[in-house]
Amino acid sequence: MVPIFINLYCRIQNRALSRQGRIVYKKKEGSLDDFLDAAFEFFAVNYPKFHKMDHLSKLGFLASELLMRDMPPLVERYAAEHVAVVLANAHASQDTDLRYLESAKTKPSPALFVYTLPNIVAGEICIRHGLKGEIAFFVSPDFDAHQMSDYVNLVMASEKTKACVAGWVEVMGDHHDVFLYLAEKQRGSNGLEHTAGQLQKLYQSNYGTIDDRP
Amino acid sequence: MTDLKKQIIEVLNLKHLKPEDIGDDQPLFVEGLGLDSIDALELIVLLQQQYNVKIINPQEGPRIFRSVKSIAEYVQAHQTV
Repeated sequence: MVPIFINLYCRIQNRALSRQGRIVYKKKEGSLDDFLDAAFEFFAVNYPKFHKMDHLSKLGFLASELLMRDMPPLVERYAAEHVAVVLANAHASQDTDLRYLESAKTKPSPALFVYTLPNIVAGEICIRHGLKGEIAFFVSPDFDAHQMSDYVNLVMASEKTKACVAGWVEVMGDHHDVFLYLAEKQRGSNGLEHTAGQLQKLYQSNYGTIDDRP
Repeated sequence: MTDLKKQIIEVLNLKHLKPEDIGDDQPLFVEGLGLDSIDALELIVLLQQQYNVKIINPQEGPRIFRSVKSIAEYVQAHQTV
């Protein structure tokens, strides 16, 4: 099997953004909406479509910005078709499904309706970063490090895939939990072996300091 | 016209814009505000909900939704309540 490495990883949880184990932004007060908008402002990117996204896509978008900041765009290093996106979560698009159901009682929103599929978040990440490789989205009760590592290894075993943006993007109501990482065939300066054990460890060690634990 | 702009900003989540940022004659789609087909659906819902105005002929869509001014004119001409 071709060796694969986790070259970058990030977390969004409890209204804090962390990258490579260090918190880079947090906003504890206000609603989840407030946090997502403030985090978007933090990145200072011009992307008006962000405001139209549902919470799941906003979280995926922000995580991809966080993961790939301060580095050349992936599509400068790889052909767009050679970068895959593999995501998973527990509640699919249920958070938005329920909002749409509520809106349908009075004024069904087409803009909300288009987000009533979980894989839309993968599409938003691809559009933002110009990625055109394989996309997969799985639903499981909890973050399943074995399933994630097995599937990403399978995708990366193909000659066609050189890199993969993968991870867990979960939101339900106010609860949000994101773990996104970049897997590549070449080891980066802080690269870690892509194993289920390593993924589980990174997923669990999500805070830069003990003070930021809820 | 300002009220219509406020409503458009609200329903389309154009949080980066204020009513005064949208010119009366400014194109709304493609080269103007960059709205897309889903936004067009939201605008159709807006006209139905807020002004009781329905667009009977879909072929008229591009002309009606060309700008805020063209929407306002269509509403004025077709509002019944």
